[in-house]
Amino acid sequence: MAEQKEPVSIWYFVGLLLTVYGALITGAGIYDIVAGVKRDTVLAELHPAVWWGALLLLLGLVYVYFFSPRRRSRRRGARS
Amino acid sequence: MIPLLCFAVQPAQSRLISLNWLDLLIVAIYFAAVLLIGYYLKERATTGEDFFLAGREMTAWVAGLSFLAANLGALELMGWAAAAYQYGILATHWYWVGAIPAMLFLGVVMMPFYYISKTHSVPGYLQLRYGEASRGLAAVSFGLMTVLMSGINMYAMALVMKVVLGWDINFSIWVSSITVAIYVALGGLRSAIFNEVLQFMLIWLGALLIPILGLIEAGGWEGVKTRIAQNFPGGDYTHLWRTLGSFGDNPMGIHWTGIVLGLGWVISFGYWTTDFLVVQRVLAAKDLRSAKLAPIIGAAFKMMVPFIVILPGLLGLAVLPVRLVGESEAVAAGAHSYNEVLPLMLARYCGPGLLGLGITALIAGFMSGMAGNVSAFATVWTYDIYRAYIRKQADDAHYVSMGRWCTILGVLVSIGTAYLVMQFKSIMDYVQALFSFFIAPLLGTVLLGMLWRRATPAGGFWGLLVGTISSIVMWVWVKVSPSALAVIALSSQAKDMAENMYRALWSWIICVLVTVAVSYATRPKPKEELAGLVYGCTEIPSEGHLPLVQRPIFWAAVVGVLFVILQIIFW
Repeated sequence: MAEQKEPVSIWYFVGLLLTVYGALITGAGIYDIVAGVKRDTVLAELHPAVWWGALLLLLGLVYVYFFSPRRRSRRRGARS
Repeated sequence: MIPLLCFAVQPAQSRLISLNWLDLLIVAIYFAAVLLIGYYLKERATTGEDFFLAGREMTAWVAGLSFLAANLGALELMGWAAAAYQYGILATHWYWVGAIPAMLFLGVVMMPFYYISKTHSVPGYLQLRYGEASRGLAAVSFGLMTVLMSGINMYAMALVMKVVLGWDINFSIWVSSITVAIYVALGGLRSAIFNEVLQFMLIWLGALLIPILGLIEAGGWEGVKTRIAQNFPGGDYTHLWRTLGSFGDNPMGIHWTGIVLGLGWVISFGYWTTDFLVVQRVLAAKDLRSAKLAPIIGAAFKMMVPFIVILPGLLGLAVLPVRLVGESEAVAAGAHSYNEVLPLMLARYCGPGLLGLGITALIAGFMSGMAGNVSAFATVWTYDIYRAYIRKQADDAHYVSMGRWCTILGVLVSIGTAYLVMQFKSIMDYVQALFSFFIAPLLGTVLLGMLWRRATPAGGFWGLLVGTISSIVMWVWVKVSPSALAVIALSSQAKDMAENMYRALWSWIICVLVTVAVSYATRPKPKEELAGLVYGCTEIPSEGHLPLVQRPIFWAAVVGVLFVILQIIFW
């Protein structure tokens, strides 16, 4: 019987989603700054969309890198 | 823990939050992601072990986060944030003393018996330990209550979406439930667990910004305490234990014995160690060490959940310019209710994009809870009812197929319940009460089964049955004669919250007494039949060869010490 392929790690999916969310939210925050849009939320002057979005983006990229199927199969190959 | 559902709200005149195209895109991407994961995992759910136990190959981290996420529903987030606004930091007891000791106990003491017995479910363990009668009673009650609770949560969540976002109730019910049905039916428990981990991350990242920005605005924790004292003079909202010396000294109307014995012991241990909805996640762990570590990892994160649930409620007390009131008063006066504190805080700090992320966190919380319900229901129905009583001899593929159909059926029954509740709202109270009837006695039955060799099949069955009936009788007694609350809770100053705690405690005591009495009057099982099921008859693999930092007991001790420190800090 053919051996079943190891599934892609859940953390890879998490990374992909956070990367997309991070890019969208940071982009929206940067647009607000560039276009001079004033939001009426409290502490809007801290631009939370920019730094929280950047954090999501960074976290997402870290997960995507470390749990990418290609990297994991390379590491498995090197071990065997 | 059972979420607070009492915050189901009357439709308001206007929505609290408006989403723009970016927020809606973020929500839509989330739905696409969970469906894709379900589709991707479909080919890996071919055997019963795959579909119902995720192939027993989950790491401790994945099983632990899933264990917690299955409990971290959106209603729990909003309900406990509301409770924090109403009762202050006392609401944290449901996350700390009402969860952490039980989760550590599950990991260190109980998990070996669940795992070594190779059971598929908690009713399955009862069958091995006590026989068919106990399994049947537990399976039927769990299956029925799980699917009804799922429907109630679905309705309450749809109502929240209507009030917060102005979404149509039918739209919310059908879109979210069909999505859950598809991804669980396709990939089984593995799909549910994968999505729960994803949902766990989204819940944290979507909700975490509120306490961070709230603390900045309020000037840190000291600023929060100062502002609350200014806004609500005379009330003590920031101490965990100091006001529990008397029923009359705190807004919950509860005594510390109710919190420690009723909540911290019976309700908490009953829920976290015997409710199959959460235990199923840990049974999917790849080995015994991972199964023991998973609840400990869950406990560590559970300890932090008040930061995203309770703190926003307290921040609401500190920084919101409006005074929130009870539900009926809010409807009458057109004001905001306690239950709206979390969406109000979200709208206060989050602009486009972040708002979408926060709403996605709420939707993710709802879906993780629902997926937990339907996957547990499918397993108990298929293994403990269908295979046990309806079709005993069939091949594995047949049971997997039954599990898939049962998932869809479970969702449809939940939808039906949601519409029933929409017509008859009092059903919500009754079903919640029904669910609570079984938890406390079940704890007595399972614990005696695991730790006391002399417990007999008849003792287990009659203890569970009489404990459950006694809980129902006490509940009816208080309904018929409200003054009975003073008898059950041992104080004339006790309020509703205290009734739940003491009713649970009494029904547990009755279950234990009946189990012991009947066991001494009946013949026990021979020792060899108890191997792998009972303490003293089971060889538990030693962890002595492992370095200290790899042993579950070490991490349980670390979490336990942190738990004690937190109690002292917020005493």
